[in-house]
Amino acid sequence: MKLSVAMAQINTVLGDVQRNLEKHLVMIDEARQKGADLVTFPELSLTGYVLQDLATTVACRPAASNPIFKPLLDASRDIDIIVSFVEEDHRSRFYIASAYLAEGKILHVHRKVYLPTYGFFDEGRFFARGDAIRAFDTRFGRVGMLICEDFWHASSPYLLWLDGADLFFFASASPGRGLPAKNCNYVPGRLDSARWVDDINRAYAGMFTSFIIHTNRVGFEDGINFWGGSSVFTPDGEPLINGPERVEALVQAELDLGQLHRTRSRLPLLRDERVSLVERELNRIRNKEKD
Amino acid sequence: MPDLSIDTGLAREILTSFIKTEVTRAGFQRVVLGLSGGLDSALACYLAAEALGPQNVLAIRMPYKTSSPESLEHAQLVIDALGVTSLTIPITEMVDPLIERFPNMENRRKGNIMARQRMIILFDQSEAFKGLVLGTGNKTEILLGYSTLYGDSACALNPIGDLYKTQVRQLARDMGIPQVLIDKAPSADLWLGQTDEGELGFTYDEVDQLLFLLVEQRFTPEECVENGFSEDFVRKVLKRVQQNQFKRVMPPIAKLSNRTVGYDFLYLRDWGT
Repeated sequence: MKLSVAMAQINTVLGDVQRNLEKHLVMIDEARQKGADLVTFPELSLTGYVLQDLATTVACRPAASNPIFKPLLDASRDIDIIVSFVEEDHRSRFYIASAYLAEGKILHVHRKVYLPTYGFFDEGRFFARGDAIRAFDTRFGRVGMLICEDFWHASSPYLLWLDGADLFFFASASPGRGLPAKNCNYVPGRLDSARWVDDINRAYAGMFTSFIIHTNRVGFEDGINFWGGSSVFTPDGEPLINGPERVEALVQAELDLGQLHRTRSRLPLLRDERVSLVERELNRIRNKEKD
Repeated sequence: MPDLSIDTGLAREILTSFIKTEVTRAGFQRVVLGLSGGLDSALACYLAAEALGPQNVLAIRMPYKTSSPESLEHAQLVIDALGVTSLTIPITEMVDPLIERFPNMENRRKGNIMARQRMIILFDQSEAFKGLVLGTGNKTEILLGYSTLYGDSACALNPIGDLYKTQVRQLARDMGIPQVLIDKAPSADLWLGQTDEGELGFTYDEVDQLLFLLVEQRFTPEECVENGFSEDFVRKVLKRVQQNQFKRVMPPIAKLSNRTVGYDFLYLRDWGT
């Protein structure tokens, strides 16, 4: 089975959901015309990233009745869509969230679990933390979604893996930083932050013998640049595609899902994973912490 | 010692893209900058010309009567090389009446007056040329506070403020800025024979290495000493950095209400764009 994924690495208008929605619909249409089965958007694609006090005013509730979600759900009848937005729950807590839309329905919403609040990042000040990491079924197989800092914690993709995910969709608004010195890690034209992200995604793909699909935004917000470079890594841990850096693009790749069978025939890491051992040791470590 | 070398091609791409994006999203197509004849403003000018096209860059030379003629010539080299729009507006007759009112005025005050007069001209031309004022301060200067508040530090956006002086030189070489500007001693050119390094009491090469450890690498002062810097030098630089924090932040507003600009009224400048 083949899955054609189009990663829409877009720039956004900070705090203008309507204009961002319009861009989404254009990109979705383009992806559809190019034969994509699924189109993905980066973190906070409907709102922009450094929202600060805009966070509560751009929030919405993912539902067919919502004026932002209705056109997206309509568009999802013949192409699956992953979008990211600020979700307001029924008690007015605000989350950074990604939604998976298919056949006019919301299949799953993931709320960002790890909110970076250090250095340049200030998410914990403005957002509530998500409290679940769950895989879910789609017509292409079982899927897991994570948002940026989520996948800097190895436990997040690990849990998705154990929960059955073979396709990992990561969404980022990753600020470009670190002009590389010409040392042994130097790759001409690549920011340090781009290299870090790709290194870990490649490692996850190989360790979990799964597909990692990473969609990252581009553009500037004040002096902060976002580096794009959306990518797919195969279950062999090999790069399938690396999108252009720092420019808007619809990065399309065809995933041969038969690779899961082939790789895992050769490398049965999933078969050999010892969940009970992990659980036992985690319980022991947690009990030790309580002492 | 740390390696401060950078990928200049990458820096050039990001900085030109920054200028283009941030100028246009604010509703402008053009920039205005003061061209002193020194390397920082030359680099900013090269980046702006590449980002926006030379016709959209207004470079202004603003000599005072004691400014070195060489500075004017070096600024002209940049103007000629890029084909940017230019103006020369001497400031002597604007600032001398104020300076002459205080016969014993020391150099620092005079320098600040000149820097602020140049700021007035730049922001006036900003309106006339319909261009944003481009900053030309580098990271070393910003950290050391080696600038005049509301003078040369005043701008709408600054493309080179995250590059240490030694990195400015590296990028300048990559962009083909005339060698004579790269080789000469950096100077605020406020009085004859003034050089930055003479006034500061250390070289940019030395202080950039130290600042890189302190700021980027988060070394403690003790660790910097362990890495070969003299205790006196480390103390002196740290003191400068700390004492000049006021130049790097907006003035504090006394909080009275439940929502105060700067504390809990938080939006990027790019809000809505």
